[in-house]
Amino acid sequence: MRNITFVGLLTIAAAVVFAAMLWVHNGYVFFAGYVVLQYIVLATAWNILGGYTGYVNFGVAAFFACGAYSTVALDKIWAPPLIVLILVGGVVSGIIGLGTGYLTLRLRGTFFGIATLALAVVAQTLITNWSFVGGSRGAYIIRPEHAPFLPLDYIQYLCLWMLILSVASLATARAIEHSRLGVGFATIRDDELAAEASGVPTLRLKLIATVLSGAFMGMAGAPLPYYVTYLDPSSGFSLSYAVNTIAMPLIGGTSSWLGPLIGAVLLGTLQQVATVTISSALSLLIVGLMLVGFVVVAPNGIIGWFAPVTRTRMRRLRGSR
Amino acid sequence: MAASLDISGLDAGYGAVRVLHQVSLRVAAGETVALLGTNGNGKSTLIRCVLGMVRPSGGNITLEIDGSRHELVGMSTEDIVDLGVGVVPEGRRLFPRLTVTENLLMGAFRRAARADITRNLEFCYEAFPRLAERRRQLAGSMSGGEQQMLALGRALMTAPKMLLVDEPSVGLAPLLVSRTIDKIKELKDSYRLTVLMAEQNFTQAIRIADRGYVIVHGRIEFEGTSAEELNNNELIRQFYLGA
Amino acid sequence: MTDAPLLEITGVGKRFGGFIALADIELAVQQGERVGLVGPNGSGKSTLVNCICGTLRNETGSVRFGGHWLDGMKAHERTRLGLARSFQLPRPFATMTLAENLRVPILYAVNVRNGHTMTDIETRCDELLRMVGLLDKAHRLPRDLTQIEMRKLELARAMASEPRLLISDEAMAGLSHGEVDDILALLLKLNEQGVTIIMIEHIMRAVLAFSQRLVVLVAGRKIADGDPQAVVRQSDVVEAYLGS
Repeated sequence: MRNITFVGLLTIAAAVVFAAMLWVHNGYVFFAGYVVLQYIVLATAWNILGGYTGYVNFGVAAFFACGAYSTVALDKIWAPPLIVLILVGGVVSGIIGLGTGYLTLRLRGTFFGIATLALAVVAQTLITNWSFVGGSRGAYIIRPEHAPFLPLDYIQYLCLWMLILSVASLATARAIEHSRLGVGFATIRDDELAAEASGVPTLRLKLIATVLSGAFMGMAGAPLPYYVTYLDPSSGFSLSYAVNTIAMPLIGGTSSWLGPLIGAVLLGTLQQVATVTISSALSLLIVGLMLVGFVVVAPNGIIGWFAPVTRTRMRRLRGSR
Repeated sequence: MAASLDISGLDAGYGAVRVLHQVSLRVAAGETVALLGTNGNGKSTLIRCVLGMVRPSGGNITLEIDGSRHELVGMSTEDIVDLGVGVVPEGRRLFPRLTVTENLLMGAFRRAARADITRNLEFCYEAFPRLAERRRQLAGSMSGGEQQMLALGRALMTAPKMLLVDEPSVGLAPLLVSRTIDKIKELKDSYRLTVLMAEQNFTQAIRIADRGYVIVHGRIEFEGTSAEELNNNELIRQFYLGA
Repeated sequence: MTDAPLLEITGVGKRFGGFIALADIELAVQQGERVGLVGPNGSGKSTLVNCICGTLRNETGSVRFGGHWLDGMKAHERTRLGLARSFQLPRPFATMTLAENLRVPILYAVNVRNGHTMTDIETRCDELLRMVGLLDKAHRLPRDLTQIEMRKLELARAMASEPRLLISDEAMAGLSHGEVDDILALLLKLNEQGVTIIMIEHIMRAVLAFSQRLVVLVAGRKIADGDPQAVVRQSDVVEAYLGS
């Protein structure tokens, strides 16, 4: 299947989902749906780096929250349209990814993972001390009632944008998988030394992965202030973002775009249902239990269960373009 | 009542990598036999087979000691050492954070050796005055030569009848190699040991060897039954250098 | 047609802290030559290979390949220039099939030089696999291979980058007599096809059968460089192997 066809199918699926959400006539669907969609983007973004190249990012919160906080900052100055905020969030977090990558990816070993951990702490500290965006007091964002141009409530509008980002991130992930870039990523994951000896420019590819991953996480975070209407560092940098974002691809499977999607939908929906029916604290317990269960039973995730770990990429590579 | 060793038709390796092919050799009571050849040819693997650390896929290893015969293949290393086989491992493998005395005491773990622990320790310090001076020094802080002496001493604490020495020259400066080889001969004489020594430094090894086997690519290619045979440089050179 | 050597190593030195791994290495390899590189363990052979290929950076001296100065060039750039190596312990891409393994250098080292279509790539992979006798296992994973098959895959992958110079790093270690001959025949065939080869080995009979020229490294220094039969009779070489 060609990439264009895939994007077309995804767009149709997204449209169907959105129509279904509208049809249900229950506003809560959009509040819950936003979170699930946000995790689809986060999980897919994380997997581009973590799953494809094998470099684990523990500082998800930094990329995500910096996207959110660039919205807060711009909202105070000028309040541009949402699309601008999303793009800015992407650029800001993309640059952070580039910087982190450039400093640590030339060193072999776990330096990158540790650096991302430190990054989250550093970012949170900086934001907490930046009074312009509210610092530890937090910031209030006014959520408009209606969407611009479209006959939608703002929350529905936010969901629509998250759907667009989901399609974009999934399409990007799949396009990578079916390209020479994807082959290069896989060699980095399998054996970086052999990859270099085979002509793969490993540093350049790792930086590309870090930038793409960071950018999508930033874009996922950009609409957050309008969703929550009150944002403070402890909730913006909440540990649950990192835990969920890593757990979802691990549960769904890291070897393709489908894994993070399955993981996000499954885990995200479960958590939303649990929050509503039992308690919100239960949501983290669910993540923990599922992770333990999957690591034992299905170490390659759900897609690893149904298909062998390596599908013949030769066939896939031939099919695209 | 010294020990003797008989190896016949030994095949051994690590998984898919086959290292030894139909190796047969003898070490008669009281002899010093050298296993010669460059690195990677199977000398250390052979020593490990005798010690029960590598399980051969074929062949026999028979040890005659204290009047009885034992088939070593299938025995655990502890049991083999318990019979009276001492070993000086490749790279010495001391306990770096234990003192000299503690390392030596660890050598006397074997039940038969515990009875004479104090006496053996004193014998050790007599044989190695340098070690006596440094009883309380941590093994890891000693020089290569001193460590080699300590490894030799530790092997002797088991009160062995048979001594296996694996590559004693590794990591040592030439002068120290010579001294180590001299020391092995000295100990072999005073303790009346049978010695099987794997050593890549041919020139040094044959100084104390009664007989030698040259292993090339896992097979015994040459058996020198006397010092003269082993001193045939042209022939030996061909085994080591291929032509 | 130029008379300049394909590979020129001048004054190369490398230390790790206080340990001198390589000192003042001079070596010139001509186009099409078969050079054997030997030496006792720890003599610096692997360090030299790593310096030539860019995995390590030499502190002194320089390496010139095909007229290009390699100093500062990353490993993947050197591969793209036509300098390939096989690894002592095979390092296949474990989650990829054999064919996919070979595709990597074609996509990244060769495609940079000239455009290839997908069918070209597949044909080339099949060609390489057939050359090493692994065509029937094209869609298997590396973990299903035997020792010698892994070595052959390693060499095939090095060849996939269409090198002008191939460094074979102990490709025969741990192989049986017959398997050694197998690899030897493969390397000779590659040389016939025009690939300059530096063979690093411990198995002397194979090195002597293969090399037109023998270089001996001892404790980081080159002590011999010349006709193999003469070199193995050189007194300092004999002393290095038999001890002093």
